[in-house]
Amino acid sequence: MKKNKQKPDRELVDRSFLARIEPYLYLLPFFLGIAVFTLYPVVNVVLMSFKEDYSYLTREFSQWGLANYDKVLSDPKFAQAVGNTLKYVLLVVPISTLISVIVANLLNQKLRFSALFQTAYFLPMVTSVTAVGLAWKLMYNKNFGIINYILSFFGIDKIPWLENAAWSIPSLVIFGVWNILPFTIILLLSGLQNIDPQYYTAARVDGSGSLRIFLRITVPLLAPTIFLVCIVNTISCFKVFSELYPLFNGKPGPFYNLYTVVYYIRFAMMENRKYGVAAAAAIVLFGFIFVFTMIQRVVQSWMSARKR
Amino acid sequence: MRVVLDHVTKRFADVTAVSEFSATLEDGELVSLLGPSGCGKSTLLNMLSGILPVSGGRIYFDDQDVTGMPPEKRGIGLVFQNYALYPHMTVMGNICFPLETQRVPKAERIERANEIARLVHVDMLMNRKPSELSGGQQQRVAIARALVKNPRLLLLDEPLSNLDARLRLEMREEIRRIQQRTGVTTIFVTHDQEEALSISDRIVLMKAGVLQQNDLPQSLYNEPANQFVADFLGNPPINNLPGTVEDGAFVAADGKARCALPMLAGVENGRNVNLSVRSESFVLDENGPMACEVTRVYQMGKEEMAYLTFGGTDFRAYIDSEEGLRKGDAVRLSLKRRGVFLFDRETGERIR
Ligand SMILES: Nc1ncnc2c1ncn2[C@@H]1O[C@H](COP(=O)(O)OP(=O)(O)OP(=O)(O)O)[C@@H](O)[C@H]1O
Ligand SMILES: [Mg+2]
Repeated sequence: MKKNKQKPDRELVDRSFLARIEPYLYLLPFFLGIAVFTLYPVVNVVLMSFKEDYSYLTREFSQWGLANYDKVLSDPKFAQAVGNTLKYVLLVVPISTLISVIVANLLNQKLRFSALFQTAYFLPMVTSVTAVGLAWKLMYNKNFGIINYILSFFGIDKIPWLENAAWSIPSLVIFGVWNILPFTIILLLSGLQNIDPQYYTAARVDGSGSLRIFLRITVPLLAPTIFLVCIVNTISCFKVFSELYPLFNGKPGPFYNLYTVVYYIRFAMMENRKYGVAAAAAIVLFGFIFVFTMIQRVVQSWMSARKR
Repeated sequence: MRVVLDHVTKRFADVTAVSEFSATLEDGELVSLLGPSGCGKSTLLNMLSGILPVSGGRIYFDDQDVTGMPPEKRGIGLVFQNYALYPHMTVMGNICFPLETQRVPKAERIERANEIARLVHVDMLMNRKPSELSGGQQQRVAIARALVKNPRLLLLDEPLSNLDARLRLEMREEIRRIQQRTGVTTIFVTHDQEEALSISDRIVLMKAGVLQQNDLPQSLYNEPANQFVADFLGNPPINNLPGTVEDGAFVAADGKARCALPMLAGVENGRNVNLSVRSESFVLDENGPMACEVTRVYQMGKEEMAYLTFGGTDFRAYIDSEEGLRKGDAVRLSLKRRGVFLFDRETGERIR
């Protein structure tokens, strides 16, 4: 009797235990992937940044300490890299956001050739940065490039896009903006499509022209998406590297003047074999991205609080 | 402002939503646009506001032809079916918005917004967002937003459809009050006949894009132009007795029951007609022309609703409860002059 009574109970417990861990079993393969390819490297980089005189081959190091950080932060090259990266972020993010808000808005209208425009704008998304970068390199060519050719019609002299230190920043920024636009536009377009067209109608009946509707209705209703775009683009711009590589034959700018933080990390690692220094620079970059993202979030919540 | 619609037509790809619609609204009138769902009410309103271009015909505001004028130039106040308040602005921001576009100075904007908000009783909600308002409050804000610019014409598209029964009743009184205070020419779209009958100076009834009758509320009820109008108005719905005309008498569908009616005097023999009688237009009368049988009786306050049958057709009649009718009684009825109509069964047209 007793046995009979207990048996189903035990079964119930067992089954519910299985049922409880079952979802985790399904998640396990994915989690293992993350653990091996993301978590382990992240932890490793953090540790590495504190190991002094670390050798990747022998895995030996002299002691734990802040020497790597000291080296990074006192290196004038790193300061230059941070300066360039900040310049890049502060130029590309606002410019690309501004352009894509306008373009997304145009694409959202029922224009006659909107399918054509959409293809044109989303092209960069399906092409590789490096391949396209080579194409841009040709377009930027001082003597034979199409850009200088077109500018010559407006009486503008040949611009040394890639050969001159002063011009190398604008040419990198233009390419970077172009490269980032499609993703940004897609995000904004989906944001726009979530706005009830009735608000536009209401605003028109209330006497507003297109510009006022854009500024007073579209932009505020799109603000959450715009913030999202800014954060995503800031993060990706801080990591600028693959835009740089093809334009200047693998050099950071014509006179090694366009060091960016990721380029610095790569250089420290590949050329100098200073893994600890590279890891410390990566952590500092992470710090920058973290601080910038936080600033944006604070601004966003402050703005949405102010609006109510 | 006087509004003239002259043969206004709207065709979409495969439907004609509004067809050859002509009507005149006098200055300061409140006109209800009444009709079943899908009959083209919103389409007509959207053409008046300029949101939709017309496919044909012309629209005049006073003597000005506004047919091709864009909505932002028309000076119209429009209250949408679902209000369409700007979600990112406060009530104050919403009401001020139309004034911003008119370049009214800020101090005056706020003053006028407060004034109109007091009129519609939302002055204590000025700092709320639309999402923090009840349906009735949102509606009043929408009306305030439409009124604040002193529109030449106020259009309301089923503004009460989202409200509960009590609020509907309150709000329609409110709309009437506000309209009379401001004297703005108003079109009020509804498919609720009671709403239309209670607040409007005039009712325009449409069906499938075609104007059926444009008349005073009581005339619409008492003198319907056709079968559709007679059927659409009235609760309980009008009784339709199908039959034919023979020598000035009405012969019911079964071919046996007949009754002589003076109104049939001039009608040609053999015409298929509906004898349409409102439930309140029957009178018990020993000498009446209609011999009917009682099938059911319901007590309804001081009156009774009797279900009767005449020549195989059932109908409803209000009978004074002192008569004490019972199921199975054979009675004779006569008809009042009011609320009795004859319609052609094929065309629905009224036979007078
Ligand atoms: N943009 C459009 N394209 C095609 N057909 C349309 C369009 N807008 C409306 N219609 C059609 O026109 C007719 C009238 O529509 P409308 O919206 O004016 O009706 P309504 O009287 O306002 O109905 P409701 O009481 O349900 O709001 C309907 O048959 C509808 O399907
Ligand atoms: Mg409608």
